[in-house]
Amino acid sequence: MTTQIQPDTATRTADPDAPLLTIENLEVTFRTRDALVHAVRGVDLTVHAGQTLAVIGESGSGKTVTSRAVMGLLPRTATVRGSIRLGERQMVGLGEKELRRCLGREVGMIFQDPARSLNPTMRIGNQLTEAIRVHLPMSRRQARERAVELLAMVRLPAPARRFHEYPHQLSGGMRQRVMIAIALACQPGLLIADEATTALDVTTQAQIMDLLLDLQQRFAMGLVLISHDMGLAASYADQVAVMYAGRVVERAPTRRMIAHVRMPYTRALLDATPRLERPPHAPLPVISGRPPDLRVLDPGCAFAPRCSRSQDRCQHERPELTEREPRHEWACFFPCADDSLPGEDER
Amino acid sequence: MTAGNGTGRPLLEVRNLVQEFVVRAHGGVRGGVVHAVSDVSFEVRAGETLGVVGETGSGKSTMVRSVLQAPPPKSGEVWFQGVDLAGARKRRDLVAARRQMQAVFQDPYGSLDPKWTVFSIVEEPLAAYRTGDRRQRRARVEEVLDLVGLDPSVFGDRKPGQLSGGQCQRVAIARALTLAPALIVCDEAVSSLDVLSQAQVLNLFERLRAELGLSYLFIAHDLALVKQVSDRVAVMYLGTLCEVGPAEELYRNPLHPYTKALLDSIPSPDPERPRPRVPDELAGEPPSPLDPPSGCRFRTRCPRAAEICAVEAPPVRAARPDHTVACHFPLSPAAPVSPVEQSGDSAAE
Repeated sequence: MTTQIQPDTATRTADPDAPLLTIENLEVTFRTRDALVHAVRGVDLTVHAGQTLAVIGESGSGKTVTSRAVMGLLPRTATVRGSIRLGERQMVGLGEKELRRCLGREVGMIFQDPARSLNPTMRIGNQLTEAIRVHLPMSRRQARERAVELLAMVRLPAPARRFHEYPHQLSGGMRQRVMIAIALACQPGLLIADEATTALDVTTQAQIMDLLLDLQQRFAMGLVLISHDMGLAASYADQVAVMYAGRVVERAPTRRMIAHVRMPYTRALLDATPRLERPPHAPLPVISGRPPDLRVLDPGCAFAPRCSRSQDRCQHERPELTEREPRHEWACFFPCADDSLPGEDER
Repeated sequence: MTAGNGTGRPLLEVRNLVQEFVVRAHGGVRGGVVHAVSDVSFEVRAGETLGVVGETGSGKSTMVRSVLQAPPPKSGEVWFQGVDLAGARKRRDLVAARRQMQAVFQDPYGSLDPKWTVFSIVEEPLAAYRTGDRRQRRARVEEVLDLVGLDPSVFGDRKPGQLSGGQCQRVAIARALTLAPALIVCDEAVSSLDVLSQAQVLNLFERLRAELGLSYLFIAHDLALVKQVSDRVAVMYLGTLCEVGPAEELYRNPLHPYTKALLDSIPSPDPERPRPRVPDELAGEPPSPLDPPSGCRFRTRCPRAAEICAVEAPPVRAARPDHTVACHFPLSPAAPVSPVEQSGDSAAE
């Protein structure tokens, strides 16, 4: 299945080592009627070409808001501060028109619910052709040919026939394939998948992840997986960033992170995840409490009230995310010991 | 808290359950008969948790709804505490049985009335069954709220909109507990929760089971999650049960090719383990329940399928003690395979 689509190298930076995406000190606040919600509180992230970064966190951790800020998809009530650079271009403060031009060409995004992202009254082929023609100077016929190629590229069975079908005629997995085709229509350098496989069955999830990683390698794309699933991150990502209450609290290459968890919150997440290896009925080790109220800006560590290792210092002073071991950053004064839990590493 | 009924029979016994829906063709959607549940038999024993796993459209939700008689199945028997609910056309029998059989559903906000307080939500079953006077009801509501870890003085007057997803689910569980049921049916009850609140609620289910001697019919699509709470697990595919067996054994030595495929698809949090691999045969999606394959329903995606699979539906066989599989060519049968009668599953006891 070969396609004539070439990566759009013009939009890439000249320096191959320069990151595709650089987020620096990103802050997002939402105005509500009676308060300010500090959803993202100073996030730094970078993604390189060919790299897969998993951003892990619970609802309200700010992972989705961060990705939407990159795409300029936040509502008007949001205030974005800090810096988001796609290659050389600063995205924060960009007008809607310029934003539209970059989105799709330089960065694509797929969402959790493909049924709601597609227009139910349009044939999928037309939706795909539209996405192509918005960005590329192509005739209707050229775009149409390209669309069928794209559908074949995402391994949609019988692409020429599916081209004329409506979203409701496809299964969830097939719709997500169409969404991937639309997101990749202009060969963006970066693809953000926001819980893209969460609504799918496990066998379908495995197929979609296979496809995503295959396409990523073929086009040397940067891939950001936004997810709550540690299993997904561990299996598919090169690097993991764990978010809690609007901040990145731990970041490391995947293997290193799982084998040497230092941030107590990451530990708590891993321990509380049911696993196939665990015997039935063994109680899950789980911390109590809830994520903090995002309207309140506390001086200390946001995780301290739920943390078994917290001490006085954690209440008053916030630990910064710092590289404390090679390529391993965490934001904690009293991290877990390196040989974390006995039996966890040496399974 | 009467769990069994003294005769040694299981708490819930489902035999040859069939549920079908007729749909009319409209707007490009095909019409016909949806074979949602086809000839399913299983049992839930007193004090145990039976987990049911399966993908979207496998019919697991339809199956539990048929068990709850909402709506009643097309055919088959549902014996609960010695009463055949499907046959019991007497409303009184059904009402009495439902009291002992409560459900917790997936959407914590959708299953609670947003305008009611937590207290009245949890009290409603007592009122509906005209149980006790006001004071007794209040005491019972406070008792069950305590049981699920919600302080009645703090949460009693709140409304669902003021609660987190995990707290809502606790309220739904408290409501299910007020009438002191013997069986709780959980249909994806923790699937919409975050990892930490999910673990909290799973531990709560386990604690209640131990403290109250509850039985659960636990439906979910997440295999690891189902293993966490189940004594036995049933695997469902396109309206039929592929395999039923003790949790640990079924996960370690799956007998049905579909069970194995499901297990192989799960990404593990351990990066040293290989990436999920889906066999090529399994690529694509299950066939439509409008037009299920002849013979074995899984044969169109099965790597082991042969001619007989298209001709004859595989009988349910006891491959190991307490472990049944419906497959002509099961994986690694450790014990000699002998056919058992469809309805005779319980006779093995």
